[in-house]
Amino acid sequence: MHSERAPRWLKIAAGAGLAFMHLPILLIFVYAFTTEEKSYQWPPPGFTLKWFAVTWNRPDVWQALSLSLRVAAVSTAVALVLGTLCAAAVSRTRFFGREVISLMVILPIALPGIITGIALRSAFSLADIPFSFWTIVLGHATFCVVVVYNNAVARFRRISGSLIEASMDLGADGFQTFRYVILPNIATALLAGGMLAFALSFDEVIVTTFTAGQQQTLPIWMLEELVRPRQRPVTNVVAMVVVIVTFLPILGAYYLTRGTESVAGQGK
Amino acid sequence: MTPAVRFAGVSRHFGPVRAVDNVNMEIAEGEFFAMLGPSGSGKTTCLRLIGGFDQPTAGKIEIFGVPTAGVPPYRRHVNTVFQDYALFPHLNVRDNVAYGLMVAGRPKPERYRAAEEALEMVALPGYGLRKPSELSGGQRQRVALARALVNRPRVLLLDEPLGALDLKLREAMQEELKALQRRLGITFVFVTHDQTEALSMADRVAVFNEGRIVQVGTPQDIYYRPRVPFVARFVGSSNVLPPEVTERVAGRHVHAAVRPEALRLGAEGLAATVLSTAFHGAATRVALEAEGGLRLVALLPKGVEVPQEGACVHVTWAREDLHLMTEAGA
Repeated sequence: MHSERAPRWLKIAAGAGLAFMHLPILLIFVYAFTTEEKSYQWPPPGFTLKWFAVTWNRPDVWQALSLSLRVAAVSTAVALVLGTLCAAAVSRTRFFGREVISLMVILPIALPGIITGIALRSAFSLADIPFSFWTIVLGHATFCVVVVYNNAVARFRRISGSLIEASMDLGADGFQTFRYVILPNIATALLAGGMLAFALSFDEVIVTTFTAGQQQTLPIWMLEELVRPRQRPVTNVVAMVVVIVTFLPILGAYYLTRGTESVAGQGK
Repeated sequence: MTPAVRFAGVSRHFGPVRAVDNVNMEIAEGEFFAMLGPSGSGKTTCLRLIGGFDQPTAGKIEIFGVPTAGVPPYRRHVNTVFQDYALFPHLNVRDNVAYGLMVAGRPKPERYRAAEEALEMVALPGYGLRKPSELSGGQRQRVALARALVNRPRVLLLDEPLGALDLKLREAMQEELKALQRRLGITFVFVTHDQTEALSMADRVAVFNEGRIVQVGTPQDIYYRPRVPFVARFVGSSNVLPPEVTERVAGRHVHAAVRPEALRLGAEGLAATVLSTAFHGAATRVALEAEGGLRLVALLPKGVEVPQEGACVHVTWAREDLHLMTEAGA
């Protein structure tokens, strides 16, 4: 490792870059406490905690939050099951078209959300499927599966194939092998993938606008709220909550996958 | 007596590749059986067929008289020591060894006691709480052995279990494995590409080449009486005389084998040039080229005069040391 000290200008530039990325978020937090409710005025004319109480008492916030949490939870669950199965198939077996399937699974995350959204909306209307909780989940699952799949497939590749054979050899059937050998070895990858998927789903806007109909998830509620000129700081209070709710799982995923590089590759 | 394992016309083809091609063999109960051959000769595939990890394309395999078609690995009374050991990295040594008993639903005290006994058997008592990553290669190998034996298999399959160990450890493990097999009386089926390993450990050896068994027999049979030139060359690097030369020296138009240690340098016999000499401690290895480009190797014991490189010598041997191979084949 290079341990020379960086020149001062480089430190300043790095600091400025980080500040540029993160100071605006602080600004959001500050506006959650402002006494001015119609426009974002700087500096804030005064500070108050009343917006927390106002937010607490608004049923539309609770509805949106609950919808978002439910959608994120179900999408993550769907993604965990499908992503793991798909990763197992692609990494453990060889079949015709394997690479194509691998590519097609990853594609939704590379596609602009707006295209995924339009495509899903057209498909729903063509099939006469009314918008519902499940259409949102479906939209979110398209990219949540990718995140879980990517995490799981990397881990699956590191599990030596003979581990599974050894388990079978010692008398474990397919289910026991999954339960006692595969799952413990991919658990952290699944947890990390699941948390990332949850965070992605929780703050998704674009695909949701096309698949939600009249329902409002939290990010969509915030978008609508911004155009309304009253009780603006309520949006900021909610924004704080969103930052915290999405930040914690991502932090958790980071810590969980950090120390597990050598989990499954040894014994060679 | 019913053989422990019986192969009847077994083939395993991967597309056009005949990994195993019409193999017939019987492995007796309590036998230490080695499958010897170069890589790609089909020996490991045969082991996997016994273990149930692969299915034959043709023929049938019986384990103690019971046909194995459609029987998954977890219902066969056969356990395997894998080449890479395949220890479960997330479990400690005790749970690794007790795995088979755990999935069989045995209570914890029983399986921990059995695991500790098995670890004692492989000279690793008290290692139960370590992780596989904390063990050396030789120790992992023993854990893999204990894990397979704790289930009291009727046949133990070993896939080049000593391949990853250094020479000294390998020799020590050869003796231990042999002693363990004698003590337990379990049928061992051992795959290796190392002929000295096969010859020193096994009761019987099957030599594989290109998916077929070319010879089965005791180590002495294989070593002194190879039936085809491949066995003579592969096992202990015998000198193989082509039919023309054999005809001249022994009057039969067949391949013949003569061991390097049986060659003498004298005043008459086959004329040859010394290519190189190498001192091997107990013996000196002399590489020779006879007429027609025939390469020969002689091992001269201590006390015999070693010729100069480039010298013209005559090679001879006792009549009984020339082994005629009456079968055709490569």
